[in-house]
Amino acid sequence: MATAAQADSGGILHWLDRSHTVAKPGFSRWLVPPAALCVHLCIGQVYAFSVFNLPMTKFIGITESAPDDWKLTQLGWIFSIAIVFLGLAAAFTGTWLDRVGPRKAMVTAALCFGGGFLISALGVYLHELWIVYLGYGVIGGCGLGLGYISPVKTLITWFPDRPGMATGMAIMGFGGGAMIASPLSVWLMDYFSSPTDVGVTGTFITMGLIYMFFMLVGATIVRVPAEGWAPEGYVAPAESKKMVTTAHVHVDEALKTPQFYLLWGVLCLNVTAGIGVLGQASAMSQEMFPGKITAAAAAGFVGLLSLFNMIGRFFWASTSDYIGRRNTYMIFFALGMALYAAVPWTGETGSIILFVAFYCIIMTMYGGGFATIPAYLRDVFGVRYVGAIHGRLLTAWSTAGVLGPVLVNYIREYQINNGVPKADAYSVTMYIMAGLLLVGFLLNWLMTPVDKKHHMTEAELKASMEG
Amino acid sequence: MSEPTEQENVSGANTIKLALAWSFVGIPLIWGVLNTLSKAALLFQ
Repeated sequence: MATAAQADSGGILHWLDRSHTVAKPGFSRWLVPPAALCVHLCIGQVYAFSVFNLPMTKFIGITESAPDDWKLTQLGWIFSIAIVFLGLAAAFTGTWLDRVGPRKAMVTAALCFGGGFLISALGVYLHELWIVYLGYGVIGGCGLGLGYISPVKTLITWFPDRPGMATGMAIMGFGGGAMIASPLSVWLMDYFSSPTDVGVTGTFITMGLIYMFFMLVGATIVRVPAEGWAPEGYVAPAESKKMVTTAHVHVDEALKTPQFYLLWGVLCLNVTAGIGVLGQASAMSQEMFPGKITAAAAAGFVGLLSLFNMIGRFFWASTSDYIGRRNTYMIFFALGMALYAAVPWTGETGSIILFVAFYCIIMTMYGGGFATIPAYLRDVFGVRYVGAIHGRLLTAWSTAGVLGPVLVNYIREYQINNGVPKADAYSVTMYIMAGLLLVGFLLNWLMTPVDKKHHMTEAELKASMEG
Repeated sequence: MSEPTEQENVSGANTIKLALAWSFVGIPLIWGVLNTLSKAALLFQ
């Protein structure tokens, strides 16, 4: 196995090494969250990829789809492939990232994500969909996964006193990225479009270069704390609290604990329910309030949900520093169940304000679930391998990314085929999602500290630091 | 007038770096949020 010293590169690449990212005395730790945000604000673009779907069905026809144009169903796979590779990259590169440090990982993420756009631009130009799958889906997806987990451990190490807030700030960027990408993409497509071009090629090239630059700035700013550094006035707890350990669990050992699978289930169910309702938000709002919510207003509603998704990431992760991670998830699941079940009732009352308010709170908890999980993992498994363990746990997200939409679409189709009116079909879906949250509640309730037999010994910890 | 200490220099440099770094990420984010809010306003019109 390569040691940390061996992992150091020579020549110009030396700048990327962990040893070159160790902060000098006087460095402000508050520079690390913007470094992380540089990456997360970019990769959050994935949530806005759907703005390209319609223009990409008109490359040949320009004003409307021609028979040889790509179909929406084919284009839907770009996002799905990217999310699957996000999970895979996060799972398989976590240990490597732990060894090489955040800068090399962030640069690799920038090259993959920005490069993915450039390759996709070539695919669009040649009208070869497999190149777009490879570019944005596979390579860009790897950039997503690597970029997502790269600053997490660094932030937790810089903010041992507020790990939830620190990771919440970064992961908030992932939620906010779509709010920047969506209008930017529309504006760029408008700028590059002509009577013979829908403008996607130029937009992909521009966005690829902008994102690569932005992420590289983040990689330049990022630093890791020097060995033994602690914030002023902070005293590390000498003994473990009930749900916050001072020990460390190796990433491979973590997979042998029930806690890893309980948290996997907790994340998967929270995300499945969230993705499920997010996917139907636009149609649901228009069909539950016919004549009152127009298509344009529904688009604004979806944007508003992105905003609350982002706010929830920071709010709930920060709150978890005070009330504990387990309690935070208890709130997500208990309050979530009540709100999911109550959304159909808001339709019956005809109150748009209540409907929007309930949906917005649900979205804060969906985002909060993502943002609180790194700190939860740190509490349960310790700091040493939290990045790698977080990477493995993100496979729950990939699973939910497929499960959520499939479940919602299947349930809806089944009901409509059985004569349930369209507007009422949402009610059963929401009740089933509430049921999923009940299962999540139980899994979270079962969470206990990891058995000491899984903890690393002092010798193992020392060896892992050296190696 | 006394020369600024090393600590004061570090602190001053940090303030500038912090302002630049947070502006770099904050400005696009605020732009995105304002854009979103203006579109969401249609919901309540």
